[in-house]
Amino acid sequence: MDIQEYKNVWVFIETENGKTENVSLELLSEGKTLANSKNEKLIAIVIGHDVQAAVKSTSTYGADEVIQVEKEEYKDYSTDAYTNVMETLVAKYKPSIILFGATNDGKDLAARLAARVHTSVVSDCTELKVSDHSGEVEWTRPVYGGNLLATVSSPNQRPQIATFRTGIFKKDQPDDAKSVNVVQENIKTPSEAIRTKIIDIIKSSEESGVKLEEAKVVVSGGRGLGKPENFTLVKELADLFGGAVGATRAVIDAGWISPPHQVGQSGKTVSPDLYIACGISGAIQHVSGMKSSKVIIAINKDPDAPIFDIADYAVVGDVLEIVPVLIEEIKKLKDA
Amino acid sequence: MDLLVCVKQVLDTDGIKIDPDTNEINKSGASNIVSPYDKNALEAAVQLKETAGGTVTVISLGSSEAKKALKECISVGADKAVLISDEVFSGSDAYATGLVLTAAIKKLGQFDLILCGEQATDNDDGQVGTQIAEHLGIPQVTCASKIEIKDGKAIVNKETDEGYMVIETKLPALCTTGDSINEPRFATIKSKMAANRAKIEVLKAADLGIETDEVGTKGSPTQILKVFAPPRRKTGIKIQEESDHDTALKLVQNMVAAKLV
Repeated sequence: MDIQEYKNVWVFIETENGKTENVSLELLSEGKTLANSKNEKLIAIVIGHDVQAAVKSTSTYGADEVIQVEKEEYKDYSTDAYTNVMETLVAKYKPSIILFGATNDGKDLAARLAARVHTSVVSDCTELKVSDHSGEVEWTRPVYGGNLLATVSSPNQRPQIATFRTGIFKKDQPDDAKSVNVVQENIKTPSEAIRTKIIDIIKSSEESGVKLEEAKVVVSGGRGLGKPENFTLVKELADLFGGAVGATRAVIDAGWISPPHQVGQSGKTVSPDLYIACGISGAIQHVSGMKSSKVIIAINKDPDAPIFDIADYAVVGDVLEIVPVLIEEIKKLKDA
Repeated sequence: MDLLVCVKQVLDTDGIKIDPDTNEINKSGASNIVSPYDKNALEAAVQLKETAGGTVTVISLGSSEAKKALKECISVGADKAVLISDEVFSGSDAYATGLVLTAAIKKLGQFDLILCGEQATDNDDGQVGTQIAEHLGIPQVTCASKIEIKDGKAIVNKETDEGYMVIETKLPALCTTGDSINEPRFATIKSKMAANRAKIEVLKAADLGIETDEVGTKGSPTQILKVFAPPRRKTGIKIQEESDHDTALKLVQNMVAAKLV
């Protein structure tokens, strides 16, 4: 493989109901910096059906070019169809780097594409850096539940494929004046080649509000709250901050709140400016999902709770007494 | 139904210690366990076997230590266990690991459904299952929270950010699971004893017809440059007053001072 043939930074643009996911816009912003540092282009890849809004957003967030693949069969994500498109594009254009958001679909697609083009994804990265020494990109990612970090490179293989969660990079300010070169690629995927079929889509009945992974403030509740009725305290506190509600695996299993609220290794990873953990002991699986929060406040009556190892404010006491007072006082401050 | 489950023996994350002064990593106190989500995948396979009849084969790429993990799998319902072990596989990244496991699966026969944990808890990579599905040329459904077999198809609940989707796929197929799909059963004393007597077949590189330069550190497209402990968080402030009421007030004071409210 002649890696010199591979150029440019690609960002896979993920959309939900026509709206571009924030993680894709964040990756465009970082991708721009990376492409500039290598004197190469930033190219957005938009696959779907009815993608005009998505194409527009890529231009305002820094893409030099957009490759657009628009067909009925791409209306919903499927591994087979999207991998077929990406594989075709990669063979034609030979990108050096492809960035994906580490969403469920992003990870699914990145891994299948990586296998198809004979490489591994560098998953869930928290940092990328161009080495002064080798000129290679060095990708850093958490391992062992985030207790350790690993730095990885791909010296001899292209394209390099990496996934990043939302919040790792900041979105640039949009620049509406910027124009972008749109390339249409006519790539079909016959229906026989799409081997999975969506039978039904079920969304949690709770009001969506702020997306958990994107919230600047997350207030989470655990078993220390005692009973499901007490979860309203968590919701009230979250509402005061305009934040999102999170939960541990334990209370979700107990049915106190629905699964999309789970913060943890097998749930969502969040890195808000403020994380308030109410009645949460701090098991590794939960902690790995929130340990990179900027400020962590933990409230628990057990002074030895492991969550206090990573808390910036270790509040020891009865969460059912403390949170109502907290809510009162914050309301007073807001009214003042 | 012939089911196959891929499992990985990993170090228990809880046992990994980082020296607070030197930031050095100490793995010596960590024990070997079956990676947690692989246990969920195995439980899902065993439940499907109990409903539909058939066999569950478990495979693992690892050192001879991994035989213990495979015996544990037999003690909770796997019928057959195979260890894939060879020095040349050492240092394989996800792509290379996928190649090795695929070669082993092809050697072991035809399977209707292959199950893998969503991610191993050491590397947290979450891609080997997908790599295997690609190399086998079969469809995949990742993040499965429920799997049913109906009329030769798998009906799978796939987790999404806002809930889940119901996906139908032809077989053979591959599914990855997290821990929401089931509660893995415990072994009984009897099943543990039987498992201890079980014979574990071992496959080496030569048995799989794999080119040695395609696997191991040498064959891996991605290379690990270093593994290190992240910078430690500053020690936090403890807030504990005489009464919970006062504790709450103290907390608010701190939050105001730090401009958090």
